[in-house]
Amino acid sequence: MASSEVARQLQNDNCRPLSLSGHVGFDSLPDQLVNKSINQGFCFNILCIGETGIGKSTLIDTLFNTSFDDRVSTHFQPNVRLRAQTYELQESNVRLKLTIVNTVGFGDQINKEDSYQPIVDYIDAQFEAYLQEELKIKRSLYNYHDTRIHVCLYFISPTGHSLKTLDLLTMKNLDSKVNIIPVIAKADTISKTELQKFKIKLMSELVNNGVQIYQFPTDDETISKINATMNGHLPFAVVGSMEEMKVGNKMVKARQYPWGIVQVENENHCDFVKLREMLICTNMEDLREQTHARHYELYRRCKLEEMGFRDTGPENKPVSLQETYEAKRHEFFGELQRKEEEMRQMFVQRVKEKEAILKEAERELQAKFEHLKRLHQEERMKLEEKRKLLEDDMIAFNKRKAATELLQAQAFASTPSVSLKKDKDRKNFM
Amino acid sequence: KLLGMPQTPRQILRASPEETPRDANPANVGLELFGYVGIEAVLDQMRIKTMKTGFEFNLMVVGQSGLGKSTMVNTLFKSKVSQKPTGPDYEERIPKTVQLQSVTHVIEEKGVKMKLTVTDTPGFGDQINNENCWDPIIKYINEQYEKYLREEILISRKRKIPDTRVHSCVYFVPPTGHWLRPLDLEFMRRLSKIVNVVPVIAKADTLTLEERAEFKKRIQKDLKAHGISVYPQEDFDDNSDDRILNNKIRDKIPFAVVGADKEHQVNGKRVLGRKTKWGIIEVENPAHCEFPLLRDLLIRSHLQDLKDITHNVHYESYRVQRLNESNLLVLSPINGLLGKDEVESNL
Repeated sequence: MASSEVARQLQNDNCRPLSLSGHVGFDSLPDQLVNKSINQGFCFNILCIGETGIGKSTLIDTLFNTSFDDRVSTHFQPNVRLRAQTYELQESNVRLKLTIVNTVGFGDQINKEDSYQPIVDYIDAQFEAYLQEELKIKRSLYNYHDTRIHVCLYFISPTGHSLKTLDLLTMKNLDSKVNIIPVIAKADTISKTELQKFKIKLMSELVNNGVQIYQFPTDDETISKINATMNGHLPFAVVGSMEEMKVGNKMVKARQYPWGIVQVENENHCDFVKLREMLICTNMEDLREQTHARHYELYRRCKLEEMGFRDTGPENKPVSLQETYEAKRHEFFGELQRKEEEMRQMFVQRVKEKEAILKEAERELQAKFEHLKRLHQEERMKLEEKRKLLEDDMIAFNKRKAATELLQAQAFASTPSVSLKKDKDRKNFM
Repeated sequence: KLLGMPQTPRQILRASPEETPRDANPANVGLELFGYVGIEAVLDQMRIKTMKTGFEFNLMVVGQSGLGKSTMVNTLFKSKVSQKPTGPDYEERIPKTVQLQSVTHVIEEKGVKMKLTVTDTPGFGDQINNENCWDPIIKYINEQYEKYLREEILISRKRKIPDTRVHSCVYFVPPTGHWLRPLDLEFMRRLSKIVNVVPVIAKADTLTLEERAEFKKRIQKDLKAHGISVYPQEDFDDNSDDRILNNKIRDKIPFAVVGADKEHQVNGKRVLGRKTKWGIIEVENPAHCEFPLLRDLLIRSHLQDLKDITHNVHYESYRVQRLNESNLLVLSPINGLLGKDEVESNL
């Protein structure tokens, strides 16, 4: 957009342009904004998709001129996983919070049908997290750590022929969610002529299949020319290396072969410098803006429409969010009441059942009690009878005893001494 | 190394779905760069982008009639922003109620475009009974917040939401030299809660320097006693550097300003000033009045900060309050459970 267009657009909003008669000082506004951003720091998230061993980690190391993570992955992952790591980089006074997301196990499985799904899910999850933060009542967006993926570097294997089906499938699923920059990895295995043909073939395949890769913006005069040229060099053929060799009298990053040295930062050897220019030096801000303004908005719109929110009602009248909210609220409320009713019914039912069981148990107990009581009574009666008999016996016995004593007493009274003497004699005799 | 953003490993972990277990770094690793990468070029990218899209700034001036509000705005922006006819037959008609008039201009300086909106409030404090004269102003400010909120919660929203929220409200205190009047206190108390209020002493050329200093001290004491926090608010100082800078500004609040839009010849230079029989009051001379301080605060150094505080603090608190009201349900997240709880708590 040329500056005259902006002025015209602003004029269309019913405002008159005014001429200043002196220096006011608001030309420091961009500086104020930049200073604020320096204080806050920047955030940049890169997603690298490519087969295991294609050189993703090495390229990222080379891009940012530092060594991130040394872990090499195996080829035997059962499914594709995403591994994200966040680093804090600082160059002069700019602080960058860089998150690198690697796909582990991409393209290794025998059946690759679901390979792209974890990636799509991950990207959606980042959008979702941002959306949820944005929809909160109490939100803190200005210090929210933005994890949305700003750029996806897609590594194409240097077969020299065409895109693999997996590549096409994955890119088609991702092009509406993230800015895709395809790169040809390990470009030192392709000769220059083959490379040209390969690039043309790749671009035509992408165009034929309707894959929208990221185009560097050409609307600003300062960078449009360089961006336009770069657009013609896509996809970039890159070589990554962190090893330094001596070439001439300088130490450069390079890969050494018996037949020569491939220099990473030599534009004749590979497009690494172009990639670094485009990705970091020229378009980082634009990548972030595209992610927020296009991909995120699209996601948000789809998500909200899915949830049933609309801007315009069935007769194309604008439905305020308020009415939709009210409708949803009634729906939820009704649902809540229904569930409550259900639970209450169930509760009443259960109580009834329990009561029945308890009553049953009570009755049984009562019956037992009666039974035992009766037994007890019977026992008692039996014992009573026995006691009576015994008492009768005792009385009879006492009577007989009394009677015998009486007889003895009578007999004794008639011959008292004789018997005594007799007894004595008897005793002496014995 | 400064970690500008708070640690958010929790957010990183929360973001990953269950099917993709991730070994997220528990602590953000700070790394050394071995050579030039080009990260700082992002500053230039940002600068270019913002110059292309332009800036918006909305200013409101409040004060009784005759305190020099329109002249002040013209002096601030060195152009005829507010057009008041100054012919001899012109009678300033004081409206019966407070009215708000906005004018919008586009000004450009060194490639930076700014859409400036100045809202004037004729009739404020001019009636006999001034009760609730701040209500139309509060209503206007809240209406702008409401407009922005409605745009923000649309499903398909514009790429750049037009920002009509009032970023700063300059309040003109009459130079009585004594204390703040009840009207001033009432107004500033209510408005400092919803907008950045910058109080200034108007027509300060009626006070000597000593009277000025006394007046300022009294005003500062008054503001503190009533708990009115004017811009720059103490709670929003980001770091110690900001605090030192803002403390210096806070010592000088309210600025004693003089407005003038005529130029006069002083010492061979043309300066903006007011010509009186006893001398020429130079507006841009720091020894005469504090207009340069006000201009620097509003435009040269703190304009972005004013906008940020309006967006991050005042707008957010309006949004919280609005979404909590029962006739506007919070948008529940996907599973709907959170929304339901909030419904119950609001019932």
